[in-house]
Amino acid sequence: MNKTIQTTCPYCGVGCGISAKVDDAHHRLKISGDTSHPANFGRLCSKGSALGETIELKGRLLQPKVYGRETSWTEALDLVADSFISVIDKYGADAVAIYGSGQLLTEDYYVANKLMKGFIGSGNMDTNSRLCMSSSVAGHKRAFGSDTVPGCYEDFEQAEMIVLIGSNAAWCHPVSFQRIRAAKEANPALKIVVIDPRRTVSCDIADLHLPLASGTDAVLFNGLLHFLSEQNALDSAYIEAHTEGFVEALNTANVDIEQVAKACRLNKDDLHRFYQWFAGHEKVMSLYSQGINQSSSGTDKVNAIINCHLATGSIGKPGMGPFSLTGQPNAMGGREVGGLSHQLAAHMDFSSADDIERVARFWNTSNIAQKPGYPAVELFDAIYDGKVKAVWIMGTNPVVSLPNADKVKQALQGCEFVVVSDCIADTDTTALAHVLLPAQGWSEKDGTVTNSERRISRQRALFKPAGGAKPDWWIITQVARRMGFEQAFHYQSPVEIFREHAALSGFENNGLRDFDISAFANMSRHDYDRLQPTQWPVNQAYPQGRARLFDDGKFFTESGKAKFIAVTPRLPVNPPDQDYPLILNTGRLRDQWHTMTRTAIAAKLNQHKAEPFVEVHPVDAQSYGLVGNSLATIESHWGSMIARVQITDSQLPGNVFVPMHWTEQYASRGRMGALVNSIVDPISNQPESKHTPVRIKAYQPAWQGFILSRGELSMVAPDYWVKVKGEQVYRYELAGLSLPENWQEWAQKNLSDNDGATPQWQEYQDPAQGNYRAARIVNNQLESVVFIAAAGSALPATAWMQEVEQRRERLPERNWLTGLFAKTELEKAERMALLTGKPPVGVADVGTIVCACFNVGEKTIQAAIREKGLKTHQEVGRCLKAGTNCGSCVPEIKALL
Amino acid sequence: MKQRLVVIGNGMAGMRTVEELLTAAPDKYDITVFGAEPYGNYNRIMLSSVLCGEKTIEDIVINNRQWYIDNGITLYAGEDKAVARIDRINKKIYALDGTFAGYDRLLIATGSKAVIPPISGNDLEGVISFRDIVDVNKMLAYSRSYNKAVVLGGGLLGLEAANGLVSRGMDVTVIHNHEVLLNRQMDRPAAKMLQTELEQRGLKFKMAAKLKQLSGDEQGHITTVSFEDGSQLECDLFITAIGVRPNMALAQEAGIYCERGIVVNDTLQSYDPSIYAVGECIQHRGATFGLVAPLFEQAKVCANHLSAHGAAEYITLPTATKLKVTGINLFSIGDFQGDVNCEYIHFTDPAVGIYKKLVIKANKLIGAVLYGDTADGSWYQELLEKEDNISDIRDMLIFGKAYAVA
Repeated sequence: MNKTIQTTCPYCGVGCGISAKVDDAHHRLKISGDTSHPANFGRLCSKGSALGETIELKGRLLQPKVYGRETSWTEALDLVADSFISVIDKYGADAVAIYGSGQLLTEDYYVANKLMKGFIGSGNMDTNSRLCMSSSVAGHKRAFGSDTVPGCYEDFEQAEMIVLIGSNAAWCHPVSFQRIRAAKEANPALKIVVIDPRRTVSCDIADLHLPLASGTDAVLFNGLLHFLSEQNALDSAYIEAHTEGFVEALNTANVDIEQVAKACRLNKDDLHRFYQWFAGHEKVMSLYSQGINQSSSGTDKVNAIINCHLATGSIGKPGMGPFSLTGQPNAMGGREVGGLSHQLAAHMDFSSADDIERVARFWNTSNIAQKPGYPAVELFDAIYDGKVKAVWIMGTNPVVSLPNADKVKQALQGCEFVVVSDCIADTDTTALAHVLLPAQGWSEKDGTVTNSERRISRQRALFKPAGGAKPDWWIITQVARRMGFEQAFHYQSPVEIFREHAALSGFENNGLRDFDISAFANMSRHDYDRLQPTQWPVNQAYPQGRARLFDDGKFFTESGKAKFIAVTPRLPVNPPDQDYPLILNTGRLRDQWHTMTRTAIAAKLNQHKAEPFVEVHPVDAQSYGLVGNSLATIESHWGSMIARVQITDSQLPGNVFVPMHWTEQYASRGRMGALVNSIVDPISNQPESKHTPVRIKAYQPAWQGFILSRGELSMVAPDYWVKVKGEQVYRYELAGLSLPENWQEWAQKNLSDNDGATPQWQEYQDPAQGNYRAARIVNNQLESVVFIAAAGSALPATAWMQEVEQRRERLPERNWLTGLFAKTELEKAERMALLTGKPPVGVADVGTIVCACFNVGEKTIQAAIREKGLKTHQEVGRCLKAGTNCGSCVPEIKALL
Repeated sequence: MKQRLVVIGNGMAGMRTVEELLTAAPDKYDITVFGAEPYGNYNRIMLSSVLCGEKTIEDIVINNRQWYIDNGITLYAGEDKAVARIDRINKKIYALDGTFAGYDRLLIATGSKAVIPPISGNDLEGVISFRDIVDVNKMLAYSRSYNKAVVLGGGLLGLEAANGLVSRGMDVTVIHNHEVLLNRQMDRPAAKMLQTELEQRGLKFKMAAKLKQLSGDEQGHITTVSFEDGSQLECDLFITAIGVRPNMALAQEAGIYCERGIVVNDTLQSYDPSIYAVGECIQHRGATFGLVAPLFEQAKVCANHLSAHGAAEYITLPTATKLKVTGINLFSIGDFQGDVNCEYIHFTDPAVGIYKKLVIKANKLIGAVLYGDTADGSWYQELLEKEDNISDIRDMLIFGKAYAVA
């Protein structure tokens, strides 16, 4: 029986509603956008649309594993609880930690946080939201006294100007971007400005792009504040009534346009135009994302932006305000429950003794943590240093995503006890776990998430859990019970947790805290199951939720006024130098999500950008001897990666960009995290992932090539490989520094899988040119092909590298070959064309050879007789040469006549 | 007044020359042809097809007696019309039976004869070569009454003979002095595929064999083939196919300069300006011939000169090899072995019986071996003859013309 279920997309912070047609019998989904969901009104991006392709069970973690061995839940949970208890007994509560993720549902998050902070009694619960949102959280907190996103998506349509700052929304928040595009199309007067060192695809709809020098955002917004003041564009009444600290902030922001243009390396006229536009429009939205947050001065940048909105009073009202685009599906939910290590719960934190006491009372615990725990980067340093001895990682992949990721890897390798909950079996992080706990995947989970505009939506289970997979909240609760916290964790279902969470948000709130969903505190299971997307707060005052906050000019600071923050711009901590002269920027791609554990399962999402790449400005490419589409090694003081060079003037000279997604599961050397400096913002502790000094040089392999294989292969370690999952085929892009002794043996070793069938091999070899190609065919069905372009024996060694590169370019497009894997049987012409890599061209079926001397076939002769009206064998001979040499076929030709 | 052209040899080379001449200068000569076989002109290379029953003798006749009459050619054919002597001083030739003819131009096209191994027993009954209709008829007769055949020589002719005899129901073993069949035309992998294919068809092989002697029964009929390694094979019919030698005794006796064959220049003229020679009896720039293609080219050049158009020059071009065994496609041309300065391109798909090798030297194609798929053989031959630089099409070269010049 097919049923349709409304749920929420598990990718970015836009939080799109999904309408999923569920085919239980075949474990299939038909995904479409939920037209009633206010986040997307039926629109979905490529990733969301492909969700149905990511639910396969292959690759799922389906049974608990202890030290590599599958085991029962009982044994695994006992071991986790016992190990945590024993570490706590021996080294204290701060020797254990939980590292969660914006992929967790609010209910999961809530119990994890409650366990660590409320009952284990340590602040060591942090989350990967630290890597994407914590500067916004800190900036909000400083300015508003609360972590509040004031506006909502509806403001996009009402704005007169939208500024995208450090955001490639076109790829990272595609549905919001499309909404802005539609708004622009409906209202061409809507001004769009993109502020980003890169000319991203988001510039497509921009009236103005300001490619500012990396890390200079605060200068630009200080300059704006100064300009607004100079131009008398301030809302003095608002400043007076609802803010404090303006004068100090303005004085600190004392930079004129000339200075800003110089510091940001921008065209003065462009800058002026932006400032004027900002000053000249009432309804301005500043949408910012990781380009602002992921910085050693991210919090200051956030406040520099908010300052301008406070100064013009453009906040809290329709069509205006600062708006943080959150990265993850439930980054907001995580913040609500207190998932960051300095937070406690329900927008309360360790900075207030009252909060601590209040939460302890609510949780009925005597063991509540008294101080913040380690934030993400510091947490893994503490693991590395042996201060944290047991860590439980939930639904995230820090070995890939954290800065200085090789050190993170070492930290986990050296850690006494590593627990990982995940829905995927093989990730770079699960590889280092002592205990693996199979969590439910998106299509099985049940709970709530909160998107960028504070909208709480239900994520609903579409299928029964696969194998032994369990909800995260259940897993955490089970461990908590085994640790002796039975009373506090006896939940039977997510709604019970949600109610408690809602109750806590309203507990002794009295309008003190922005986050208040107390209206849900007594929600029935029935209502929970039918919960419609709602923007918090949801309380007595706003029982249906609230679109905007601060419209009343009231903030959550002690004084009730918003605070200007005097921002003294700081450049990124590590400037480029002689050894590492380039600035590495990192970011997302359109069709991949985070560390690809799920999106890379969907073949169609791997086509857009199949390989880790590095974008380089043409001038830099020339300086560093890089050729387009060749490989390059990028090195920082912390680590290195290999990526394919893409030369583009959308990069600023001196800047290179790499995507953040690749892991060791899909590429041998594609982990960008290994390069990134582990510098953090002193306030938010968010890493400076957008700015690391690096150097780049051509990677010069002795050979390059690719394999297409129906089955997944275990590579016999070429120096460089990338795995790309396609529809029926895995594609491997390869390169090696040394030539194998024998390509034939190499191919047989690498292309074999254990399907038992006897393969037929087709081969093409031109060793002097360094060409080796082979196809492996079973029952006339294509199983795999390999194409190698190597240094040829005919070349002097010095010419190898360049030659290898040129030869790789001569390798065929993968498309036609890929298509052959869809066929159950190869046609003869296809088989003969295989190793050209191109479709059969001009090869008519000539039929049985009649004239052996000139290789003229029966069908060719028949066609000529028919088409040219040939009457005698002599005429056939004149036309086709057939029969004119030895003449032995003349009788057959005559027979054909 | 017409000049007199006398042709010695009623075979393919001689008659093709006459045909070309009849086209080029139909009224220039009175033509007289002497042939030692009692037939008109037939396609000798089709004898294997006759042997295996795919063709009849009638099928392979190129020109019957009527053709000679129609074209005003005097034909003396039969054993006793074999030419016995050339009188160059008086420009006359004499047949065994005394028939004679005077000439203004003489064309010698006496062909070749099989090499007989110099071993004991080579004169036994049942030891024959495979050169003409008489041989074929003998083989057919044997195949009806006897069972065991041994073919000496794993070259083109030997394999065709063996294949024919197998198809006539005989138990045939090919003995070859090399490990590789067709070792003058094929490399080892292609030859191995060929051998496997032929074995599947019932042929047996004794490779790298050293023949010791042939022995027979009291009637002088062959019974046994013995080898140096002590092994023996029963044998009722022994076919020698280890090559040919130019038939040049007649020319030599007439004092025409010969080495391994009748030495001719680029216009197919012997050292006697009024005497031309074509076909397997000649030696041109050191080479002798055994395949049909160059013979036809010689015929064309020779006719050009005989008709006094006098512009053509014969150039020995690499000759492509083909094996006339139905269902087996193989092709080889040029220097298919190569040397240390050569580069090789291979394409193999053994499961469907395809093997290709191209030999490249200084960016030119100098040799090719094709097995299974020979469709591009003539294109390779063209590239090789034209000595084209193949650099630009190299990556597609082995996949054939359709891909390379697409």
